[in-house]
Amino acid sequence: MTRHVVIVGAGPAGLAAATAAVRAGAQVTLLDAADQAGGQYHRMPLDTYETKRPRILERCDWWPGGAVWALERHDERRPPRVHVISGPDGGTRRRHVLEPDALVLAPGAHDRTLPFPGWELPGVFTAGAAQALAKGEGVAVGDRVLVAGSGPFLLPVAASLLAVGSHVTAVLEANPAATVLRGWTQSPWRLAAQAGKAAELAAYAALLARRRVPYRTGRAVIEARGDGRVEEAVTARLRADWSVVAGSERTTAVDALCVTHGFSPQLELPVAAGCALRDGFVLVDEDQATSSTGVYAAGEVTGIAGAPAARAEGVVAGWVAGGGSPARLRTVRRRRDEGRTFAVRLAAAHPIGRRWSGWLRPDTLVCRCEETDYGTLCRTADVSARAVRLATRAGLGPCQARICGPTLAELLDTNPHDRPIISPIRLGELANPPEEKESTP
Amino acid sequence: MRPIRISLDGDPLTGSDGQTIAGLLLAAGLRSWRRAPSGAPRGVFCGIGVCFDCLVTVNGVRDVRACRSRARDGDVVTTQSRAEAP
Repeated sequence: MTRHVVIVGAGPAGLAAATAAVRAGAQVTLLDAADQAGGQYHRMPLDTYETKRPRILERCDWWPGGAVWALERHDERRPPRVHVISGPDGGTRRRHVLEPDALVLAPGAHDRTLPFPGWELPGVFTAGAAQALAKGEGVAVGDRVLVAGSGPFLLPVAASLLAVGSHVTAVLEANPAATVLRGWTQSPWRLAAQAGKAAELAAYAALLARRRVPYRTGRAVIEARGDGRVEEAVTARLRADWSVVAGSERTTAVDALCVTHGFSPQLELPVAAGCALRDGFVLVDEDQATSSTGVYAAGEVTGIAGAPAARAEGVVAGWVAGGGSPARLRTVRRRRDEGRTFAVRLAAAHPIGRRWSGWLRPDTLVCRCEETDYGTLCRTADVSARAVRLATRAGLGPCQARICGPTLAELLDTNPHDRPIISPIRLGELANPPEEKESTP
Repeated sequence: MRPIRISLDGDPLTGSDGQTIAGLLLAAGLRSWRRAPSGAPRGVFCGIGVCFDCLVTVNGVRDVRACRSRARDGDVVTTQSRAEAP
């Protein structure tokens, strides 16, 4: 009987997994909450997408707008049942239940932005938001934009902003040059394997130089100010541990601020599937298998390593999930391992310094949804995490701690990803029985 | 791209087919359209459906993420507030 593989997430990892699983002879259902395949990495305007749709979508059961809202572990010997709601939000959405022989989770990651005073002001965006709006719709988030945070992702974001006509005042990397250099130049012979990625970054750096956008290290945004919207950014020098150098503050007029300090893997699905984690990522073996029977993971949920590594992981996961022989994966495994080395290097070059909370003030919001401030959290943090949440409502708002979760976890020492309902579903939708048909909705 | 028209709290706005509601509102010069519990203004933050700051009501359906919903010609969009009524 043909194996049925369900793949959640159609970014670089999920698309590669679908292609490999189909090649291994499996019947594949590919889901993505978005209405386009490609994930954040390959985001493009809808009309461009019409002509560039990945070919694999014709050879599998592709469900755009398919959000997994629950994974039900009904039998320890089988992967969980996949509860899907599909269709445009605000329109008619339908429920389906899938019972795959293997499940590949490739949900990706989203920006992690640390709180700072004023980060809730309109006009403060994650770098990913600026990128998505520029790449997907040609919309500039502002005319005078400062890009700040940490990591190589800041460079393509600045390039996207320039492409839609924004003036980028600067790109600020919070880590000092010494940290960045030490991370990137350790065992340089290994970087050769990721030459493509290095060339891509070099091209962005050249573009910024040509457009006279300054790139500064060891400097961060520590406050956003404005009346009802961001009007100026306060930046300051940071030490290696991200403590603020007093007296180094400077003010810049901006109408938009894009800040990202790294990425949070979207761990809701792996956690719901019962997958073990290690150091905040999904633990996988040589075949991308997780600790949960029949469940594989690929891409940023196993480590932040960028699109080439995600693709290699996807090939391994999809091929093995589809019943292919792991013995035939030597080359792609090597590429995958090179990708993992790249992830380690990335983490070493762009860590989040442990003293970052020094820029918080008692009235700085930590939970954006419930507007819980840092002072309130500190006053209640010596009791249990549950008591803190009930008393302050931190992490209980509409985003269900997706944004503040990692920060709360740091402050309260809890697991930020355990949510019974993975993706929001309306009560009326829940009341309708799922549709029988196990094919394209 | 085909032009489309939507309304926000009764005011007409134009955009183009394929834009998200968030993209259309930002392109029209708006920065915020929702109120947090304190009454503070909110707009787009994460842009990819994670933060729920950009929620709007679309054709009567509440809590739609503006950044994840394509605008359709004739959409009636209304703003939302979590602030207590004065």
